[in-house]
Amino acid sequence: MKAATKHNLVTYAIVIALFAAAQLASATGVLGSHLSGLLVPISYYIILAVSLNLTVGILGELSLGHAGFMCVGAYFSAMFSVITRDVITTPLLRLCLAMLIGGLVAAVFGVLIGIPVLRLRGDYLAIVTLAFGEIIKNLFNAIYVGIDKNGLHFSMKNAMSMNLDKATGKTLINGALGISPVPRDSTFTICFVVILITLFVVMNLTDSRAGRAIMSVRDNRIAAETIGVSITKYKLMAFTVSAFFAGIAGVLYAHNISMLNTKIFNYNTSIMILVYVVLGGLGSIRGSIIATLLLYLLPELLRSFNDYRMLFYAIILILAMLLNNNEKFKSLVSSVTGRLLHRKGKEAAEN
Amino acid sequence: MKALETKNLGITFGGLKAVDGFTISIEQGQLYGLIGPNGAGKTTVFNMLTGVYKPGSGAFFLEGQPLLGKSPVEISKCGIARTFQNIRLFDKQSVLDNVKLGLHNRFPYSAISGVLRLPSYFKNEKLMDETAIELLKVFDLDGEAYTIAANLPYGKQRKLEIARALATQPKLLLLDEPAAGMNPNETAELMENIRFIRDRFKISILLIEHDMSLVSGICEEITVLNFGKILTSGKTADVLSDPEVIKAYIGE
Ligand SMILES: Nc1ncnc2c1ncn2[C@@H]1O[C@H](COP(=O)(O)OP(=O)(O)O)[C@@H](O)[C@H]1O
Ligand SMILES: [Mg+2]
Repeated sequence: MKAATKHNLVTYAIVIALFAAAQLASATGVLGSHLSGLLVPISYYIILAVSLNLTVGILGELSLGHAGFMCVGAYFSAMFSVITRDVITTPLLRLCLAMLIGGLVAAVFGVLIGIPVLRLRGDYLAIVTLAFGEIIKNLFNAIYVGIDKNGLHFSMKNAMSMNLDKATGKTLINGALGISPVPRDSTFTICFVVILITLFVVMNLTDSRAGRAIMSVRDNRIAAETIGVSITKYKLMAFTVSAFFAGIAGVLYAHNISMLNTKIFNYNTSIMILVYVVLGGLGSIRGSIIATLLLYLLPELLRSFNDYRMLFYAIILILAMLLNNNEKFKSLVSSVTGRLLHRKGKEAAEN
Repeated sequence: MKALETKNLGITFGGLKAVDGFTISIEQGQLYGLIGPNGAGKTTVFNMLTGVYKPGSGAFFLEGQPLLGKSPVEISKCGIARTFQNIRLFDKQSVLDNVKLGLHNRFPYSAISGVLRLPSYFKNEKLMDETAIELLKVFDLDGEAYTIAANLPYGKQRKLEIARALATQPKLLLLDEPAAGMNPNETAELMENIRFIRDRFKISILLIEHDMSLVSGICEEITVLNFGKILTSGKTADVLSDPEVIKAYIGE
């Protein structure tokens, strides 16, 4: 078996084991209702981190607007679910369709941003995605959308000015109040399946011809071009897939809280996801999962420290960052896992 | 038909004529040398031939096909491959994957096939693996197929870069100071390798070398570049005994 295949199988195994453990702990009440309530959020943050790693770690482009794609996915899918709530009565089917819509709309935004920006060299993507995140958030904050028998109505002023038909009218987005109620269709099990699908796509893509091409753009753009790798194509591919899954994470978020507004889709969220990716290791999918898990839970576990909670959090982040970039620490870790790695290397060489 | 013909290629950087009136012609299967002092414009010629820089004037043809104005990707597909003076490997990827990237356009399959692991994924990956290992064997690198490229010693990195370039199945291979930083033993071995590659893969090679004695060993013809202009071109022995050339080098 190829070393990469084996590495990926271990990652799936870790995720499945974590899911089983969480399910068990949640069912037996060990987890408590507060922590059980965090299972879905942790899941969509894992999807966000893994998908962002595709852009930042594997493609090597900085994106500061991942929450923007999440926002697009959340809003479009929530509108869909509110409209079809009475038509599609199976929550699972409704959520699956919502995810398809949320993911695709986010992917379209990815393409729209990617086509002009990814042609350029330098950190333009960081600037544009940052702007995109803020603009999309403010747009959804200001817009009123409603539906009646005549179709969709929009307004930037207030709900009244949409002039919805009295009998059939329904407000979808109520300005800053957002969308409510969104059917609470997200479950931990669905999230788990979506994580597996995300891993499947991202890891298989990375370990294929296209994935090598994406990494070649990161490692050496000029060399990639002169061996015939089309830079823009692969940049766009990675960025779009990344946006797609951010959109899906947004769908899971929207369908987990009944009142959807734009509060969470801000710069801080984008940066937090980026922190998960960087601390987990650029390009390491497994690292993104573990870092998200630990860093998301850390503030919860530090709850007993009350006021000092964020201080501890900051200190731990800094330590993690230092250790992650420390060669001695890295070699310590690799010597601990050395035997396993050694075996893997040998097997790979025999193939 | 000539392997490569250039006609009056020229490029200017901020008023400085880095290369001017560059006209050469390389026969099929020829080992051709491009020499000249530092800053003469040799690497700039390679950058124009591979589409990295757009020439300000002139034209060039690969086996009669005009390539001026094509992008690096198109030029690669037409059959020009190169190495770089400052090695440019895909540092974080394995030796094998570096060569497989060179095979990118020879065994294509879609990203979807890759994600879904369709039969075309397995078929093409297998072919890529076999072809890549075959190439690595030529350079005695097959033992290090799974090493990360950045961890290879310098001399092997240079060889890997040549292997990656050959993987694209070029008609013309451009080597930019392949022996730079190598010791005399490594250099001698490399020169053997280069001759072997030319014969085995039946390609034409344009070689930049800073050191004239190396070029004289393997190149049939050479062109001397000085301050962006061709000083002289011709049979290696004739050129190297040309007093003008000697002056340019001693005057360096
Ligand atoms: N991108 C560039 N911008 C400005 N000047 C350049 C650029 N590339 C090359 N030059 C200049 O062109 C001249 C030739 O450089 P180069 O081709 O690298 O020389 P050689 O390879 O013969 O040592 C030098 O004066 C160099 O500074
Ligand atoms: Mg040079």
